[in-house]
Amino acid sequence: MYTLTGLELKNPTLLAAGVLGTTGASLCRVAREGGAGAVVTKSIGPVPKTGHPNPSMVRLDCGFLNAMGLPNPSYPAFLQELELAKKDAGVPVIASIFGGNPGEFAEVAEGLLPEKPDAFELNVSCPHAEGYGAAVGSNPCLVEAVTAAVKDVVDVPVWVKLTPNVSDITAIGNAAEAGGADAVVAINTVKGMAIDIESGYPVLGNRSGGLSGKAVKPVAVKCVYDLYTALEIPVIGVGGVSSWEDAVEMMMAGAAAVQVGSAVYDRMDVFSEIGAGIEAFLQRKGYSDVKKIIGLAHEMV
Amino acid sequence: MLPLNVMTLPLNVSIERIVEESPLVRTFFFSHSFENMEPGQFVMVWIRGVDEVPMGLSRKNSITVQKVGEATSKLFELKEGDSFGLRGPFGKGFSLPAAGEKVLVIAGGVGAAPLSPYAEAAGDAGADVQTVLGARSAGDLLFEDRFSAVGALDVSTDDGSKGTKGFVTDVLRKLDVSAFDRIAVCGPEIMMVSVFRLLQEKDVLEKAEFSLHRYFKCGIGVCGACCIDPSGLRVCKDGPVFSGVQLLGSELGKYARDASGRRVKI
Repeated sequence: MYTLTGLELKNPTLLAAGVLGTTGASLCRVAREGGAGAVVTKSIGPVPKTGHPNPSMVRLDCGFLNAMGLPNPSYPAFLQELELAKKDAGVPVIASIFGGNPGEFAEVAEGLLPEKPDAFELNVSCPHAEGYGAAVGSNPCLVEAVTAAVKDVVDVPVWVKLTPNVSDITAIGNAAEAGGADAVVAINTVKGMAIDIESGYPVLGNRSGGLSGKAVKPVAVKCVYDLYTALEIPVIGVGGVSSWEDAVEMMMAGAAAVQVGSAVYDRMDVFSEIGAGIEAFLQRKGYSDVKKIIGLAHEMV
Repeated sequence: MLPLNVMTLPLNVSIERIVEESPLVRTFFFSHSFENMEPGQFVMVWIRGVDEVPMGLSRKNSITVQKVGEATSKLFELKEGDSFGLRGPFGKGFSLPAAGEKVLVIAGGVGAAPLSPYAEAAGDAGADVQTVLGARSAGDLLFEDRFSAVGALDVSTDDGSKGTKGFVTDVLRKLDVSAFDRIAVCGPEIMMVSVFRLLQEKDVLEKAEFSLHRYFKCGIGVCGACCIDPSGLRVCKDGPVFSGVQLLGSELGKYARDASGRRVKI
């Protein structure tokens, strides 16, 4: 068992927010069939949103580009999905939430409390939703205020998911910690764009979006590495993890656990595969505990 | 599944020919042929500057579209020589029969689009194909010629202007559905759920496959917008064609989720 901000996980791989997390049934499937140690829901906000027009996600040779636009049914309609996930997933369920200001974040968190999410993950990092996400998450004062507002109304761990689209991610990480965050999650997608050269049209319905998958892994490793040095609280690594080797690398940079998103494209059971791969690696190298590799790269000077 | 080195950026195709099938349904023949497509698979059709919507392939090089919303209305404004983007084919199609098998095709309205290449492929495989085709009225019946070219065809229309007056289920009640090795169904959800119930009564659901329609965002199995209850199966990747057994106790005919993820009654 792994412990992460007090949550007990059977393995240190979590489903990342925004992937297969719109319905309770889907979250249960990722937990049961996929073997995830915990699952994070789609980001839920104060009012229903249909998101951006399609195309909302395309595959590139180096990863994926998406601009979903935070589609969500709002917290009242999501309660029934959260209820099902909590009942049948068999693993911790983390509610990802967003809002435009501290009051909205607190409203959504409180609104979801009746179904007892095991933790909250604050989305202050979506790169393509006006007034939300990174619009909040690139302002340290706002990040601190949002974190504190949610901490005030819940008594479960609060994680803050950070955007790499800032000049210094550690300043934002410090703000989250100052606001009382129990962990930070790094990174959300990196701003990106693709253009259809036959027509000149940007491919995504929102014109631009966020890059995930293979291409962003080195960006994520560096952000996790820097945050591990700057913060006292745990860092959860996410960005381009699709194998146990990627996960081990992220942990050596300082991640206490990893999240996996786009890689479900290839296979649903990527979580159990990564979990088993990490175990086998620890055994082969003679590490008594996963803690021995968390942040290991920092000691190698 | 696509090979891992294949991008899913839209392919630019131009419209080679437009056929008006009925006042609200047109077939667009485009300048690319998906040689390896499985009947029942879909493509994401990108009408640039408007939206991208899923469409079942009606041939290796055509889609057959009903004008229902903004994207399809814009598509109807396009002329021969104009272009649009295509990603795919995606998803799981209908399973093909072996030679000598008896196949029943049940198509309602524009649901005939993905079933017409299936009926043809089943015929090519040496199966004995029979089709029940339903529509509102005679003018809305799609691909009668293609279905009748590969086997027996029974027709129903809501207004009785051709064939049996009523629904496809009125024709099905007169057939011995247990005599078929495979049953392929596609049409409006209200029609599919009636067929589902009838096949369930006759205890032949394990031979049946249904093609579902849900709101898609990514279309490639990542975002989760199209997952159905209670299985959590993704319509875009695990489907759109599901076996009758997979759909037992499911949301079919009860509700679907809209673009925000809210449940909406069927």
